[in-house]
Amino acid sequence: MARSLKFNIFRYNPQDPESTPHMENFVLDETDAMTLFIALNRIREEQDPSLQFDFCCRAGICGSCGMVINGRPGLACHTKTKDLSAEITLLPLPVFQLVGDLSVDTGSWFREMYDTTESWIHTKKVFDPAAQEERMENEVAEAIYELDRCVECGCCVAACGTARLRPDFLGAAGLNRVGRFLIDPRDERTEQEYYEIIGNDMGIFGCMGLLACEDVCPKHMPLQDQLGFLRRKMGITTLKNLFGK
Amino acid sequence: MQTIYTDVLVIGAGLAGERAAIEAAQAGFSAICLSLVPARRSHSSAAMGGMQAALGNCAKGDGDCPDVHFSDTVKGSDWGCDQEVARLFADRAPIEMRQLAHWGVPWNRVVPGKSMYFKGGKQFEKEEQEENRGLITSRDFGGTAKWRTCYVSDGTGHSVLFTVDNVCAQLGVEVHDKTEAIALIHDGVTCFGAVARCLRTGELRVYLAKATTIATGGFGRIYPCTTNAVICDGGGHIPAINTGLVPMGNMEAVQFHPTGIVPTDILVTEGCRGDGGTLLDVNEERFMNIYEPEKQELASRDVVSRWMTHHIRQGKGVKSPYGEHLWLDIRHLGEKHITGKLREVYEICTSFLGVDPIHQLIPVRPTQHYSMGGVRTNKDGHAYGIKGLFSVGESACWDMHGFNRLGGNSLAETVVAGGIVGKKIAEFLQGAEVTFNSSVIDDEVKRQHERIQHLIRCKTGTENVYKVRLAMQQTLHVGANIFRTDAGLTECVAKLQEILARARQVGLKSNGLGVNPELSAALKIEGQVKMALMVAYGALKRTESRGSHNREDFQARNDRDWMTRTLAYWKNEKDDLPTLDYEPATGIFHIPPGDRGYGKSEIIKADSPAGTKG
Ligand SMILES: Cc1cc2nc3c(=O)[nH]c(=O)nc-3n(C[C@H](O)[C@H](O)[C@H](O)COP(=O)(O)OP(=O)(O)OC[C@H]3O[C@@H](n4cnc5c(N)ncnc54)[C@H](O)[C@@H]3O)c2cc1C
Ligand code: SF4
Ligand code: SF4
Ligand code: FES
Repeated sequence: MARSLKFNIFRYNPQDPESTPHMENFVLDETDAMTLFIALNRIREEQDPSLQFDFCCRAGICGSCGMVINGRPGLACHTKTKDLSAEITLLPLPVFQLVGDLSVDTGSWFREMYDTTESWIHTKKVFDPAAQEERMENEVAEAIYELDRCVECGCCVAACGTARLRPDFLGAAGLNRVGRFLIDPRDERTEQEYYEIIGNDMGIFGCMGLLACEDVCPKHMPLQDQLGFLRRKMGITTLKNLFGK
Repeated sequence: MQTIYTDVLVIGAGLAGERAAIEAAQAGFSAICLSLVPARRSHSSAAMGGMQAALGNCAKGDGDCPDVHFSDTVKGSDWGCDQEVARLFADRAPIEMRQLAHWGVPWNRVVPGKSMYFKGGKQFEKEEQEENRGLITSRDFGGTAKWRTCYVSDGTGHSVLFTVDNVCAQLGVEVHDKTEAIALIHDGVTCFGAVARCLRTGELRVYLAKATTIATGGFGRIYPCTTNAVICDGGGHIPAINTGLVPMGNMEAVQFHPTGIVPTDILVTEGCRGDGGTLLDVNEERFMNIYEPEKQELASRDVVSRWMTHHIRQGKGVKSPYGEHLWLDIRHLGEKHITGKLREVYEICTSFLGVDPIHQLIPVRPTQHYSMGGVRTNKDGHAYGIKGLFSVGESACWDMHGFNRLGGNSLAETVVAGGIVGKKIAEFLQGAEVTFNSSVIDDEVKRQHERIQHLIRCKTGTENVYKVRLAMQQTLHVGANIFRTDAGLTECVAKLQEILARARQVGLKSNGLGVNPELSAALKIEGQVKMALMVAYGALKRTESRGSHNREDFQARNDRDWMTRTLAYWKNEKDDLPTLDYEPATGIFHIPPGDRGYGKSEIIKADSPAGTKG
């Protein structure tokens, strides 16, 4: 027998003067291979066309659909209803600015992170279109890609105690970004330069190391290793700075 | 209302849009990209397989060069492409891959030594040379003579888009995400920018620019089953169509990908077959080796999709509650390969299907995948019909793909064309003096306000936008799919005309306040149905088979009468059919029309006497 699913969904449209934040219930019959993507679209198309949420790739690739699913941040498109209880509570991700209902503004948060971390290759080399590419060991390329896999869904940030207290905290996603450039031989930044970005409480020293981030990351990023690596690296730089070389 | 000025307005922040914006920014111009979603969520991020460029570094790519790439591209297009453009593309592609490496893309690299690879389920050995150690390597993809597809594991689009967006951040190219362009501002001669709706507040905004570029990707969502993201809905084409002046090129040229999973239509990459995956039928037997002994599973997409559909029609499909499908088998590639190079595929199968591809077969069927058609431009990316309007990427019909684009060629197109067109935009801006005509701007804004108010107040009716959309999708699915006939297309066009009438009577159920998603859908439904009509009507009139366009009643490729590109206009807003015009497919023939070497080979030659029918 197909289950009947009860959804408790956070509703608030800040652009509607009559709207106030509240929870609303919707009931839906479960179908085979149903995901929250299928369910939410059905609710919108059949029950309430004003319901706001964000999907894009619906394939767990683009990171659009982060929300709090039964208390836990995750990607909605990638969540099968059969893995959930018959009562499903959906809330927008905290930390990010609310747009409406389940939709939040992750774009602004991440753009700020790019600026803070200077999320690009710093090099004095100028591209020469006539030259062969510079060589790189495949293993190095694969290690960089491993850290490049983050889809900026914001789940780690939403789950992070520090990020909720400190709006300027870089979060695991931001720290991981720095780690990505740190191991890239093309980036000429020195450890001291990285230290200036993350050797403080908005960076690695703000992290309490409880690893809620790794727990919720839908891409299974190696955040624990990354945070440990950065903490050690920046710890050493602190000592160097204190005692000279 | 907020008015924002910029030198270049790029509608779209996928790879094509951002790459073009970078070129303009490097030339000293200000550039703003609009996007429905944060730039990095654009659909380019979903391309897993890779991009083609004739670097020739890996053993199986030895001897590759732009000439061979060019030739593969022209053949792939079934001689429907503009050969001058295909040439520009093939020549530039290797340089662009190196540019991306310089910016930070972690391309997979050549590892010297012997290794095994699979082709058609059999194992072969290859040896990479020490002298090429660490250069950008490539993998095999359908329809190519050499291994030419550069890749980053199976996150190529993702990694390249992150890199390109990083460069945008570095150069100060602004991205206004959660912003939807809904109309172009123009005076019938020149484009001045666009009216956009803010998807944070629902308010309208005016962007004024000396050059405006449409880089909004594909429009697969006019079909019900598509690998495309939900935002690939034609929303960027509609403003161009609504000018009545800008034609859409070859809208009937729609590509179906052989391996969309059933039921969700999520794509599993061509890389699966490139790396040796095979297709099986209900008896778990291969069939592509019978239909295409030479290329087998690796023939071009249109060919593989067609044989799959044919095989299902022969009663060899696997029945399921979601319709019939076939199987993709990658089990023999082994756990290490599947959870390594094909990790995304592994994740898709386990998380969306509950299938473990190391031990189980993957249910697949041909699914709408790519729009070869789009905003028709010249080789500089300048749109036909209006000055100062450009288009690039999947949204454009630049036209290097003709009637079928090769796997790996469109992601490559985004950056290669982005670079080329971006440069042309910068050149255009050098001499551009634009005076913005304020009455033109005010009129357009007023028109858009009124449209919104009419929808909210149900001024023209109370049709439900989602129902109309579904009717359009189903109609196209039935009438303008892989195999097409006169009867099917005639009925399809007639039904779409009825649906167009309904689309004009849509009214909202909800209040339309703020970022109302029903309003977003309603604002583009009429335009979408017009696009669907361009597809179906163009297909009806094209009485031949070429590339992905297959007429069962006209099975030959007709080079005598149809070496042409369809140009579809919507001349008057209230028309209920597009106006079709034609132009020669290519000005120059580097390669005269011939046999592709795969797929069917019935051809009516350009010099065969009139009246012969294939
Ligand atoms: C699942 C999948 C896998 C693929 N894999 C490959 C592959 O391996 N190799 C390959 O060569 N090709 C592949 N392709 C094709 C290729 O990915 C696309 O053709 C290409 O990425 C398109 O890039 P683009 O920049 O033109 O558009 P997109 O990346 O789609 O970007 C479009 C942009 O326009 C914005 N936009 C849309 N409408 C509006 C509007 N009205 N207002 C404002 N902004 C708007 C969007 O927000 C987005 O930023 C794949 C396609 C799919 C669907
Ligand atoms: S690290 Fe993981 S959870 Fe955090 S933004 Fe990236 S993908 Fe999402
Ligand atoms: S380990 Fe650090 S980054 Fe991760 S959730 Fe805890 S405080 Fe946040
Ligand atoms: S919609 Fe892209 S990750 Fe969920």
